[in-house]
Amino acid sequence: MIEFINLNKSFSKNLVLDNLNLNVSEGKISAVLGPNGSGKSTIIKCLLGLVLPDSGQILFDRQPIRNTWQYREKIDYLPQIARFPENLAISELIKMITDIRQQQGDSEALIELFELSPFMHKKIRHLSGGTRQKVNILLTFMFNNPVIILDEPSSGLDPVAIIRLKDLIHRERDNGKTILFTSHIMSLVEDLADEIIFLLEGKVYFQGSKEEILQFSDKPNLENAIASIISGDIPDPLKKKHLANYL
Amino acid sequence: MIKILKYTCFDMLRSWWSYAYFLFYFVTSATLLNFSADASRAITSLMNIIITLCPLISTLLVVMYYYSSREFIELLLAQPLKRSSLLKGQFIGLAGSLSLSFTFGLLIPFLIFGLLSSENIINLSTLIGIGVLLTFIFSALGYLVALHHENKIKGFGTAIFIWLFMAVIYDGLFLFTLVLFNDYPTDKIALGLSFLNPIDLARIIMMLKLDISALMGYTGALFNSFFGSNTGLIISVAASIIWVIFPTHLFLRKAARKDF
Repeated sequence: MIEFINLNKSFSKNLVLDNLNLNVSEGKISAVLGPNGSGKSTIIKCLLGLVLPDSGQILFDRQPIRNTWQYREKIDYLPQIARFPENLAISELIKMITDIRQQQGDSEALIELFELSPFMHKKIRHLSGGTRQKVNILLTFMFNNPVIILDEPSSGLDPVAIIRLKDLIHRERDNGKTILFTSHIMSLVEDLADEIIFLLEGKVYFQGSKEEILQFSDKPNLENAIASIISGDIPDPLKKKHLANYL
Repeated sequence: MIKILKYTCFDMLRSWWSYAYFLFYFVTSATLLNFSADASRAITSLMNIIITLCPLISTLLVVMYYYSSREFIELLLAQPLKRSSLLKGQFIGLAGSLSLSFTFGLLIPFLIFGLLSSENIINLSTLIGIGVLLTFIFSALGYLVALHHENKIKGFGTAIFIWLFMAVIYDGLFLFTLVLFNDYPTDKIALGLSFLNPIDLARIIMMLKLDISALMGYTGALFNSFFGSNTGLIISVAASIIWVIFPTHLFLRKAARKDF
């Protein structure tokens, strides 16, 4: 469904995506991981048409997305920073996004799930960071589209909300949706991800299941495995074997 | 585009900026009408305020609005919307709501004082017309600046410089050029130079309309003698409209190629 082909992108002289090739598995939860500056946000932004690649192409439903916007009807996106017009109330914001997307949304169940009803008529500027993030989640999940992209979905949430978010993401996966997310919190990745896409220096360094990455790094848990890949602490023969498989 | 326009206006209606802007023009216009012997003198004084203030407020407000809604613009761009429709809608929404605050701020005192004779109506509508043109021109310039600079300080600095240049420095350079080339015929240079500054053009439009030769200034008089009052008026209005279209085109082109 989503395919990145020979994607290149530099910001001034800084090469961020270096001939990146990636095929996102359909109907799975994929976590995009990598050290700072490895191109995680850039590939998400390229997919959404926010960043324009220097060369290469992205296919969505086998169609190139360049210079089109209609494909975004099928994508629900949760941005990393939840900032909305300060003068609007949550209910007005929901109405606005529904109106802009021209899609029927179901917000009631999510308002209940994240206990947002007391805040519905409050102006956004009076809400705490965590509540804003809940609004952000609500705006993303209220529509029923086949692809969901989440950029740091758990930031600012309390533990109860995180548990509910995880359940929600699992439910959406079970409904057959393709979910792509980034996170720095490894426990969240461990609980959620069916597949891990590890980016390093603008390329896909590894794509596979959690079990495979543990085997690949020879570490007991995901956090250590990721840390060892980033610090380059991987036994050479393994690295060579996997690089041959994945690059 | 219409939806974005509607929501930008809605957002602006909730902001104290619109009311403060309205109130400023309301108080100034009411005070001037109260203390001036006749309405046309009040209109001349209002013109001097408008040609300085409309550009400043529009540029700064647009730059500020863009920076403060930067993340929300990103969210909107991720929706099924055309990039250019989003920015056009926001631009017209912002410039439109500023124009409305300004128009009502000027109009209501005239209505209260019952000064709507046919001559006053024409002068007042010209005044509102140049204010609206300046608001649109400088809002487009504001977008151009904000889209060029990721750094807020640089953005605000450039916006203020553009205003300062057009409102103050340009006149100085203009005079300097005329003095420097005093020995040559400078009429055409002066005429050409006045097309390059929308604030100058606004002043010329107003003066040609009011037909106050003493206040017309050098370029106004030139326009008057060169094109005659009516042709001069049409040409200066056309040039001002080009001043709206050109920066709008530039900022939309910049936005189409920008990484958000």
